[in-house]
Parts: sequence; C-alpha cells; structure tokens
Amino acid sequence: MELLIFYPIGTLCVFLALGVVLNKSPIGSAMCLIGMMLGLAAVFAIQHAHFIAILQVIIYAGAIMVLFMFVIMLLNLKGDDTVWKTREGNTLLTGLGAVLVVGILYKMTEITGGGEFDSPTPIQETFGTTVKVGTTLFTDFVLPFEVASILLLAAMIGAVVLAKSKMDD
Amino acid sequence: MEHIPSPTVDLVSLAPVLVLSVFAMMVLLVDLYVKRDKTLVIFISLVGLLMTAISAFAKFDLPVHSFNDSYVVDELSVFFIMIFTLSSALAILLSIDYNKREGIRMGEYYSLILLCTVGMILLASSTDMIMIFLGIEIVSICLYVLAGIRRSDPKSNEAALKYFLLGAFATGFLLYGMTLVYGATGTTKLGLIAELIREEQIASKPLMLMGIVLLIIGFGFKVASVPFHMWAPDVYHGAPTPVTAFMAVGPKAAAFAAFFRVFAEAMPVLSPSWESLLCIVAVLSMFIGNVGAIMQTNIKRLLAYSSVSHVGYILIAVIAKNSLGSSSLVFYMLAYAFMIFGAFGIVILIGRKENEMLEIADYSGLAYKHPLMAISMSVFLLSLGGMPPLAGFVAKFYIFSAAIKEGFVTLVVLAVLNSVISFYYYLKVIVYMYMKEPEGEFQISLAPMTVFVVVIAMVGTAGLGIFPDPILYFTQH
Amino acid sequence: MSEYFFISLAAIVAIGVVAVLLLLSTILGPRNPNRAKLTPYECGIIPQEEAKGRYPVRFATLAMLFIIFDIEVVFMYPWAVSLGELKLFGLLEMVVFIAILGIAYIYIWGRGGLEWD
Repeated sequence: MELLIFYPIGTLCVFLALGVVLNKSPIGSAMCLIGMMLGLAAVFAIQHAHFIAILQVIIYAGAIMVLFMFVIMLLNLKGDDTVWKTREGNTLLTGLGAVLVVGILYKMTEITGGGEFDSPTPIQETFGTTVKVGTTLFTDFVLPFEVASILLLAAMIGAVVLAKSKMDD
Repeated sequence: MEHIPSPTVDLVSLAPVLVLSVFAMMVLLVDLYVKRDKTLVIFISLVGLLMTAISAFAKFDLPVHSFNDSYVVDELSVFFIMIFTLSSALAILLSIDYNKREGIRMGEYYSLILLCTVGMILLASSTDMIMIFLGIEIVSICLYVLAGIRRSDPKSNEAALKYFLLGAFATGFLLYGMTLVYGATGTTKLGLIAELIREEQIASKPLMLMGIVLLIIGFGFKVASVPFHMWAPDVYHGAPTPVTAFMAVGPKAAAFAAFFRVFAEAMPVLSPSWESLLCIVAVLSMFIGNVGAIMQTNIKRLLAYSSVSHVGYILIAVIAKNSLGSSSLVFYMLAYAFMIFGAFGIVILIGRKENEMLEIADYSGLAYKHPLMAISMSVFLLSLGGMPPLAGFVAKFYIFSAAIKEGFVTLVVLAVLNSVISFYYYLKVIVYMYMKEPEGEFQISLAPMTVFVVVIAMVGTAGLGIFPDPILYFTQH
Repeated sequence: MSEYFFISLAAIVAIGVVAVLLLLSTILGPRNPNRAKLTPYECGIIPQEEAKGRYPVRFATLAMLFIIFDIEVVFMYPWAVSLGELKLFGLLEMVVFIAILGIAYIYIWGRGGLEWD
C-alpha cells in the first residue's frame, strides 16, 4: 500500500527535479522546485516522519522559495536574460565527471548488493511523530534548542549588517 | 497524558556561555543608544570577556558532564575558554584604533565577536554532535559577517562571499558526515559512540567510514587544511586586519578542540581508518602552506599561508591522540595566539589611513626608522618559524614529542623539515626590514591600544618560550 | 493507512472541483473577443515599461528576516503539540527562547531593519 503511493510520488519528484535542471527560465525552475519539495514532503509523510514533512512545506516550499523568488527578481533579468545560457561544455571535465559518477554508482551497488551494508538501528513505532520530536527536543535536547536561538540571533544581526540598504554608519 | 520529568539543568557548568551571551546581547542593545562613541560598548565587551574567563572556574572536581552528556567541563575546555577569551579580548583591543582609522563604526562588530566566542566555547565543551554542529554554525556565521563588515570595500565583500559560499558547502559535508555516523550508531553523543565502537565491530561498517571521511572534509575546511584551504588567503586578505588575526586563532582553536574530541576521544579505536587520511592532510598542509607562503608578496597572504602550514603541525597533535597530544594542542594554540596577534598588531601599526602598507616591500628599511618595531616583528616571525628559545619552538617541541611517543617518526621528520623551509619566508621579511633601503616614508602613529596588544604578545611569546613550565603544568593537570 | 484515505479523498475532490469548474467555464462561457478586450488592462493607463524591472535589495533583507522568524515559529509547532506533557518546564524553555529572539527583534527594530527607507 505504501509503495503504491510512493512510486507515483517518487516518479513525479524525479521528473520535477529534472525540470529544475532542464527548465529554460529561472522562474520555471523555481516552480518545479516547489513541486518537488511538496512531493518530498509527501514521501516523508508516508515514512511516518510527519514533523519533517511539515518542516519541508513551511521552511523549503515556503520561506526558502520566497527568498529564491526575490533573488531571481533582484537579478533584473530582461529579454534574452530570462533564458538560461548554456555554456560550451568542457569535454575533458564532462568525461571525468561521468567516470566519477559511474565509479561511485558501481561501488555503491557493490556494497549494498554484497550485504555488507547494515541497515540502520531499528526504531520504535512512535519515532518521528511530532509529539515524540517535541518531548525529545524539550527534554534531552534542551541545550541545543536554546543554543539554536543564539544561532538565529547571530544570523539576524548578519542579515541586517550585510544586507540592509542604508546604514547610517 | 503522562507527565515527563523535567531534565536536570546544570546552569553552573554552563556559566561561561550564559555570562557571555548576556553580555553580547547587552552590547547589542547598548549600541542602539550610543551613536558615535563606542567606548562604552568596548568596555562592556571587555568586562564580559573577563567575567567569562572567571566563570569558567565555577566547577570543581572536573570533568563534570551535564545536559544528558552533551556538555562537559573538563581541563581541556577550561583551558580553551581561557584561550578564547584572551584572543577575543586582544582582537577587540586591536580593533579600537584600527576601526577608528578605517571608519568601521558599527557596534555590531563587538557583539558579533562576543557571539562568535560563545560559539567557540560551545564548540570546545560539547560532547554531542548536534551541539558541535550548532557551535560551528554560530562561529561561522559570525565570521562571514565580520569578514564582510567593511561594506563599501570590494575586497571585504569578496572575502565574505567566498567564505560564505565555500563555508556553507563545507558545513553540508560536516552535516552529512554526522548524519551517517548517527545512522551507523544510532546516537549523536560522543560518549555513547565511543562505547558502541569499543563493544561492537562498527569499524568496518561502510556507513561509519563514509561518515568519518565526510567529517574530515568538514573539519578540514573549518581549520583551513590542504586541500580545503583555498579560501584562506583570500579571506584573510580581504577581512579587516583585527578580524584576520581573530579568525586565525580563536575559531581555529575551537574547531581543533572539536576535531580532537570527535576523533581522538570518541573514535581512537577506529584510528587505523582515519589516521592515514589525517597524516596525508597534515603533510600536504605543511608543504603546500609553506611553498605557497614563499611565493607571496603580501604580508597578510603570507601569514595566511603560514597559518595553513601551522594547521599541519597542529593536526599532528590530533593524530597523536594521547593526553600529551591534548596538552600540546592547547599549549600550541596559546603560543600561536600570542605570535599571531603580535604579528598582526605590527601590521596594523605600520599601516595608515590611505595606505595599509600590506606589501612586504613596504617593510623595507623599517629597522632604521623604527628599530623597536622591527625587532618585535622579527621576534614574532622567528617564533612562528620555531626558533628557540621562543614560544613557537616549545609548542612545536611538545607536539612533536607527543607524536614520537606514539611512533610517528616519519611524520615528525617531515614536520621538522617543513619548519626549516618556513624560515625562508619569515627571514625574507626580516631581510627586507634590516637590509633594504627604505622606499617610502613611514608615517606611524603609535596607537596606544595596539601598542599595548603588541607588548602583551611580546611578553607572551618570550615568556612562554623561556618559562614554559607553569603553563605546561596547568595543561597537564 | 485509514487517515490517509480521507486526506487523499479531500485532495481528489479539490482537484476534481477545480477541473470541472474550469472545464465548464470554457465550454459554457460566451466568447467574442475584440481588440480592446485583449489588451492587458481593459481600462486604465497603458503600461510604459515591462513589468520585469529590478526589485530593490530591501525585499531580500525582509525575505531573509522572514526566513529566520519562520524557523523560530517551526520550533513552536512541536512545542505546542507536546506542551501538555512538558508542563511548566516546557513553558520556561520557550520563554527563554522567545526572550532571546525578542532581543533580536528589538535590535532589528531599533536599527531600522524594518524601515522602508
């Protein structure tokens, strides 16, 4: 049953990801990216990682994409510029890259096929539910949680210092 | 609905972090109300660093583990907190006159340095990979901003952008590494990982090995070791000089502390799988750092490449992974802090508003006009090279003896060979200062705070070299 | 799996309704185009330049601040779900978290980060 939902969504995600790379216009790529993020959220939901699914929608499909859109508009693409320019490929680099990818894929299939690849530690039924994430985050991981706010504070100072258009000094 | 017991919160062992965070926020808010004069802001920052250093001694009977084994107060972390507060205080003192001269008037500068120090303390005291990640991110984000704080200077912008793009990429590697290690062991706590490795045969697990390699890449970038060093010269060159000195010491020391905790303390059993990789990285860092430094004509770039080669020496302490390794690591970082702040202090003193005098040729004939400054610069450079009886020599000596104790003779021979090579470019600067005719006019105004930093650095460099015993005693007990 | 059934049902109904409505309006709607009707703005001023202009960097600053506050809100979601079990301690934690970000907010406000200058 899960696989029945997974395969269509997975296929859709792969096509949308290809769309991001192959699309002619940046806006089109961004739209494909949003679609792929939503698809990924569905995949997470099937895996019972509901919290991650929500994160995927709020953070990536929501906030990050807003920034992408602003940056695309900021770049002031006009006329011909709205279409990606493809560069002349460097044959040697392309060849080496292909060899690398084939090598990695070969090694990966060898390891996973050889049975050496242990499956990760088994998990409980409640693992990954939002309640479980909440109780773990706010008891065992209090310190990282509070430290995260310091990190966000530093990031906000950075955003203002570097990107604010007018600073009086 | 079941009630979950509240976790134990040990605020006393967290004291340095709390104190410094509060001061950093205070600086941030006070700066909103003072417009031009930054004296108050600087004063609060320095008091905050002092209080932090004192609060580091709040715990007795070390080591104390708290927060569910994700935070530790032990000798290593206390000593590192001393190094961090010292180097941040020196960086702020160096900035006072420099910022006035170069027109850096943002008060955020000081709170970013304090926040960065918070990150460094967390990095040095964490025994949980999530905490290490957060620490590295706090440090990195503050540094990206500090490198680009001169918003109207294209070089500064370039430094910030390069550092940010490459740094974010490297953080990705680090995080993937941590994820894979978590996948293989099922925990992020370094203590538990060490136990699991000892009990089971995780060593051969491909997940674990992949994780280790990715961790080496991530940490290797953060400490600027070859082949992940390409950002260092550009960023060191483009950042404001006090920031360059700051990032060459504090954040690097913090990253090494985490490096040491993850590899030498949590995975010593797995050392056959990471030792050889780190050896290659160390040797490459030494050789490429030194050869790169020989070819530089700019003093900041020269010091950047020299710091890459120093990363090579310090990595030997991680590879040695014994208790002598950890104590020689802290001693090296302390000595390095004095040498670097001294050298950059002189670089700041020689510069002036219109011309920062960053070319080595600008130093021609300095000895005739300002003999004291030439002598101090020579002392710092020779100490960086490892000339006895200065601090740099003692620091190298201890690292090398830690490695020899573990049987890494070839590695030490290569390191000594590299120290000899490094004298070539340190001596080149000295030759310019003493044996060339002055090319232009030196217009040096002896800014009091910068001179003060140079004097402290001088006392430290000479003192640690001649009387290393008290500090060594502290690092070993 | 039963909980997914209703969600998928809702999704299918939503897509179906939109599709049917679009289809109906294409089939049933009257269509007699003329020149005035086809201009982008049927009434009002004819646009002088392309809509794709350069957007000022202020948008990016706001977007960045938005992301950071968004991430903050994400932390509140699991907190709200499990607050019943965490009791007072959970509340205190969130107070500290919000206080630190409140300071960031005061800073941004005081520094003029939200002003449209």
